Amino acid sequence: MTTIDETKPIEPVEQDSAVVEEKIYTASQWQLMRMRFLKHKPAVIGGSIVILLYTVAILCDFLAPYTLEYRDSNYSWAPPQRIRWVDSEGQFHLRPFVYGLTETRDPETWRTTFTADPKQIFPVKLLAKGEPYKFWGLWETDVHLIGPAEPGGTLYMLGTDRLGRDLLSRIIYGSRISLSIGLIGVLLSLLLGATLGGISGYYGGIADMLIQRVVELLRSVPDIPLWMALSAALPPTLSPIKVYFGITVILSAIGWTGLARVVRGKFMSLREEDFVMAARLAGANERRIIFQHLMPSFLSHIIVTVTLAIPGMILGETALSFLGLGLRPPVVSWGVLLKDAQQVQTLAHQPWLLVPAFAVIVTVLCFNFVGDGLRDAADPYSR
Amino acid sequence: MLQYIVKRVLVAIPTLILVSMISFLTITLPPGDYMDSIVAQLAASGQIAAKDELDSMRARYGLDQPVYVQYWKWISGIVLRGDWGESFQWGRPVTTVIGDRMWLTIAISFITLLFTWALAIPIGIYSATHQYSFFDHLFTTFGFIGVATPNFLLALILIYVAFAWFDTGVVGLFSPEYVSAPWSFGKVLDFLKHVWVAIVVIGMSGTAGLIRVMRANLLDELHKPYVITARAKGLTERRLLVKYPVRVAINPFVSTIGWTLPALFSGTTIVAIVLGLPTSGPTFLQALMQQDMYLAGSFVLILSVLTVIGTLISDVLLAWVDPRIRLESKQQ
Repeated sequence: MTTIDETKPIEPVEQDSAVVEEKIYTASQWQLMRMRFLKHKPAVIGGSIVILLYTVAILCDFLAPYTLEYRDSNYSWAPPQRIRWVDSEGQFHLRPFVYGLTETRDPETWRTTFTADPKQIFPVKLLAKGEPYKFWGLWETDVHLIGPAEPGGTLYMLGTDRLGRDLLSRIIYGSRISLSIGLIGVLLSLLLGATLGGISGYYGGIADMLIQRVVELLRSVPDIPLWMALSAALPPTLSPIKVYFGITVILSAIGWTGLARVVRGKFMSLREEDFVMAARLAGANERRIIFQHLMPSFLSHIIVTVTLAIPGMILGETALSFLGLGLRPPVVSWGVLLKDAQQVQTLAHQPWLLVPAFAVIVTVLCFNFVGDGLRDAADPYSR
Repeated sequence: MLQYIVKRVLVAIPTLILVSMISFLTITLPPGDYMDSIVAQLAASGQIAAKDELDSMRARYGLDQPVYVQYWKWISGIVLRGDWGESFQWGRPVTTVIGDRMWLTIAISFITLLFTWALAIPIGIYSATHQYSFFDHLFTTFGFIGVATPNFLLALILIYVAFAWFDTGVVGLFSPEYVSAPWSFGKVLDFLKHVWVAIVVIGMSGTAGLIRVMRANLLDELHKPYVITARAKGLTERRLLVKYPVRVAINPFVSTIGWTLPALFSGTTIVAIVLGLPTSGPTFLQALMQQDMYLAGSFVLILSVLTVIGTLISDVLLAWVDPRIRLESKQQ
C-alpha cells in the first residue's frame, strides 16, 4: 500500500502547514480527488475487495479447486470440509488436511447425511494437480491453486450441491457472470443515459421535455415486476449467451434513467457558466465545447453514478435468476446458485447453499462504499 | 394550491396512458401466446390440440388481431366497463383472481411504509444529534448492510434462522386454519402475528436508506444559524429540535415517496414469492411463466398506476407542507 503514503503530507500534524498548502494549491483536480478518496477508509477497503473479487473472476479456472463440469455423485449434498492443522488427538500436522466424509443413512427418513471422520485424513496442498482445464481457453493444464494432495481425497470447503458439485468452485465460476453483468449493463446504460441525458440537457426544448417524460415514466414503474415481465418475454430456446445479453439489455433499458438525470443536470448547470461562453466566443464548435470543456467537469460525477449503479444491476440479475426468469443452468451465476436454496426443506438441511448470498452482499456492500468515497472525492473543491 | 393540484393531475394523465401501454406491450412481447403454452402442455401429456379449436379460441380472446386493436379492447374494457379480461389459466375474470391479493399487497406495502418511517425518523434524529457516538456508528453500519442486502436474501436467511434456531416456519401470512376462512377478528389477529416478518424483511433496506437520509438532512440543518439563535434565546434542546430542524429535515421523506413506492412494490413482489405470501407476487410470477397475459398485464398496470397516484399524492402533500414549491410552480 505505497499509495497511502501520498496522503501523509495533507495531515497537518506531521508536516509544515505551508508545505501542505503549497501541495494542495498546486495539485490537479484528479490529484485532489485521489487524496480525498484515499482518506475515506471504508472506500479504500471496499475498493481493494472489489479489485480482489474481479481478480478472482478473471483467474476463476485456476483458483477454483474443481472445474465447472466436475461432479462427484458419491458426495451429493456433502457438508463443508474444514481445513485443519491439528488432528483429533491434538497432534499438529505440518501439512494442512481435511477429514474424510462418511455416509450415514437415517433409518426413518432414508436421508443420507455425511459426517466428518477423524480417522480419515486427506492432506491438502497448494498448486495441486486436479481436473484438467484450459486456462483462459488457451493453455491446457491441470494445476489448481488448492486441492487434495492425493488421489481419492476430496476438498469441498463450502460443501456440495445435490449433484455433488463443489459449491466453492461454482461460486468462483459464478462470479464471472455475476460481476461482469454489472459492468456490461452499466456500460450499456451509460451509453444510453449519457447520450439521451446530454441531448436533453444541452439542447433543452422539446427533446428535453420528451426525454424527461420517458425518464419519469420509467422511474414510476416498479422495476422488479417490469424486469420480470420483460425477461419472461425472452424465448426459452435462446442460447445461454443470448439470454445473458438479453438480461443485460433488459437491466440497462430501465437502469439508464438515473445516469440521464445526472448528465442532464450537469449539462444544464454548466452550459450557463462563463467558461462555456468564453469558449463559444473564442469560436469553439459544439463538439469541442462538449468534449473539451464540459466533459472533464462532470466526468467525476458520472463515475460516481456508474459505481453506484453497478450493485443495482448485480442485484437485478441475482433476483431474476433466483426466480428462474433470468439465467438458467448450465450457466452459473450467484442468482442461479441461490435458486437451489429456495426451498425451506433444502435450506434447513443444507444451509451452506446460502453462501452465494453472502458473496452478493459483500460485493454490493463494497461497491456502495467505493461509490460513497468517490462521491465525497468527486467535488474536491467543496469545503 | 388548487391550481397546483389541477396542474399536477393533468401532468399525471399522459403518464398513466403511457404506463398502460408499457404494461400491455411487455405482456405481448413474448413470442407465441397462451394457446401455444396450451399446445405445449397437451403435447407433454401426449395429446394433440385440434387446430380449429385453437383458432376459435384465439378469435374469442382477440389474439389473432393486431397489437393496437388488442390494446384498445383491453384498456377500453378496463376504463369503461371495469372489465379486466379473463385469466386463461384460472378460467375466471381477472378481478376475482386479483382482488384479495391486490388488497393484501397494498395493505402490506402501506404498513411497511409506516413501519419504515416510524423506525427511521427517530433513529435518524438520534444518530444526527449523537454524531459519532457508539450507537450512531452501530446504526450507520446497520444502514450500510441493510442497503446492501437484497430483501429476498434477507427473507431466505430469516427462513433458515427461524427453522434452525426456533424450529418454526415463517412462511405464509396465516395459520393453516385461517387460510381460507372468511375475515374475522381471529383472522386479523392471526394476520398480525404473521405479517411482521414480511414487514421487517421488505422494510429493512428502505429503513436503512431513510435513516441515512434523515441523519444527513438533520446534520445539515443543525449547523444553521437559526438553530444557534434559538438556542441562544434559551429554547430547550428538545423543543428546539422538534420544532424547527426536524420539520425541515422530514420534508424529503414526503418527496421521496415517488421512489419509495416502486421499491416497496418491487420488494413486496419478490419477498412474497420467497415467503409464499398470498399476495400478488407469486400469482404474478405464475402468470408470467404461463403467458397468462391479461392477468400479468393487470398486475403490472395496477402496480404502476398505484405508484403514479402515490407520487401524485406525495407531490401534493409536499406542496402543502412546503410553500416554496407552490410558489415556484406559480412563477413558471
